[in-house]
Amino acid sequence: MIKVEGLTKRYARHVAVKNISFEVDKGEIVGFLGKNGAGKTTTMRVLTCFLPPTSGKATVAGFDVLEQSLDVRKHIGYLPETPPLYPEMEVSTYLTFVAKLKGIASADIPRRVAEVCERTAIVGVKNTIIGKLSKGYRQRVGIAQAIIHNPPVLILDEPTSGLDPEQQREARQLIASLSGDHTIILSTHILSEVEQSCSKVIIINNGEIVVSDSVANLHNRRRASESVLVEVSGAAAPAVKQCLEKVAGVARVVSRDSRDGAEGEQVSAFEVHGLQNYSVRPELARAVVQAGWNLTELRAVGESLEEIFLELTRSEEKAPVGDGKENDGKDGKDKEENPVTQ
Amino acid sequence: MRNIFTICGKELKSYFTSSIAYLLMALFGLIFGFFFYSATAYFVQAGLQQQLQGQQQPMSINDYVIAPLLGNASVVGLFLIPLISMRLFAEEKRTGTIELLMTSPIRDWEIILGKWLGAMTMYLCILAVSAVDVGLLFAWGQPDWRPILTGYLGLILQGGTVLAIGTFISTLTKNQIIAGAATFSVCLLLWVLSWVSSYNDAPWAAAVAYCSILTHFEPFSKGIIDTKDVVFYLSAIFLGLFLTSQSLESMRWRA
Repeated sequence: MIKVEGLTKRYARHVAVKNISFEVDKGEIVGFLGKNGAGKTTTMRVLTCFLPPTSGKATVAGFDVLEQSLDVRKHIGYLPETPPLYPEMEVSTYLTFVAKLKGIASADIPRRVAEVCERTAIVGVKNTIIGKLSKGYRQRVGIAQAIIHNPPVLILDEPTSGLDPEQQREARQLIASLSGDHTIILSTHILSEVEQSCSKVIIINNGEIVVSDSVANLHNRRRASESVLVEVSGAAAPAVKQCLEKVAGVARVVSRDSRDGAEGEQVSAFEVHGLQNYSVRPELARAVVQAGWNLTELRAVGESLEEIFLELTRSEEKAPVGDGKENDGKDGKDKEENPVTQ
Repeated sequence: MRNIFTICGKELKSYFTSSIAYLLMALFGLIFGFFFYSATAYFVQAGLQQQLQGQQQPMSINDYVIAPLLGNASVVGLFLIPLISMRLFAEEKRTGTIELLMTSPIRDWEIILGKWLGAMTMYLCILAVSAVDVGLLFAWGQPDWRPILTGYLGLILQGGTVLAIGTFISTLTKNQIIAGAATFSVCLLLWVLSWVSSYNDAPWAAAVAYCSILTHFEPFSKGIIDTKDVVFYLSAIFLGLFLTSQSLESMRWRA
């Protein structure tokens, strides 16, 4: 449905997206993950024909974003980071206007407007001036305008940013409910969101794709080996470390910070990495207790998606990738100049 | 075509839902009304004096009232039109709605033409306020309607030119005030360019003076439609809108 090949987008002074390629199949929900300024918005803007690519090729529903821009736009519903709303308009007037813009036949417009209002649960505010709506409702109106022409592809730029947890949950449910009919790309920096609503994850950092995989595969990656944080009091750190290393299934033990506990005893923390397919926690607990020490904490730090993400983006930063730093700075500026940079 | 009307209608609606339409119409009505009152009062006074002096030839209401009135209206237009055009693109850029327009299946020139036509219609609504005053002339006098018609045609062409320039300037910033002030300055400059010809008769001075939007208006207020003036205005409108489209295009590339 969406195919991106060697896409590069260069601004005056820096490269926002470097030679990225990915594909999205029909009906997939893809989470576009990355830190602020990683190149998510730029990629989406290229796909929606707002920005032309510097080089490379992108097609949506078989149409090229440069050559057949109008066709692409007909097949895409787009929710920019800031919903593109006219605060002085009523919700229904606004949706009617967008419907006309998207080329819906006049006779069908009232029906479509009623349908999307129903779908996004904004029937109650249909005749309210947009400027008076809460942020959550504005976001829904934003989604409503994106789906009004029933596009096969939906591109949502941080659809839940700035919403409170309740609104975020609602927005996520709404997006999930759209998944059957549309191919969706949504960008976010909230990982749980990707876990909940997406089938595939593309992690992008400094304009390059670091991971492009299914959510299930990423989960497997995290289950494969276990990492546990162990905190022990009442013993010297080296002794504890030695003891932990002897436990079956432990691959390596890394000392973390030691501190003095409430009663003056030494508390030391360790990160224990298990071998693949081993569950080391019960054994660790037993070992510590048998040695007569106090086990004050035992918790899986195991690679959550969050950690995979941080690890991936961090390691990329360390690598001497051209103008990485400069990139961050400039994109930060882009954010500030949002919604439209000049 | 439909897209142009969609954009045009949206612009018009936003002029009228915000109070700017009524404000501009009221301001213009007030200013034009004052000019009208001054011109007619002077006309009546002068006419009375002429009759007392025994002159038979009646004064022409067209020469003494309508021509100066239309001239004044064209100057008032220079002040009011930047207020119409300043928000066209600046506002969309500020709120981010430009992203909606530019990712919808609609061509850039349709957006531009729609917006310009919306602003034009707004300007026509403002001009229409002056019809009340002109109507009074017809009720109590016998003015020649032809110079009035050409005068209004001139006002429309001149307004279209200033609006096209204003539309272009509005794409350059997201600050309405900057767009308005810049448009006003450019228009003021275009107005006073004609002064050059009064102290310099070199060919370049003539060329500069030719670019003045006001010199091209004067024949219209006297009832003359000169092709060169019409061509001047039409090409200026085209240039303004063309620059607008170039500016939008470059916005995509630079963004």
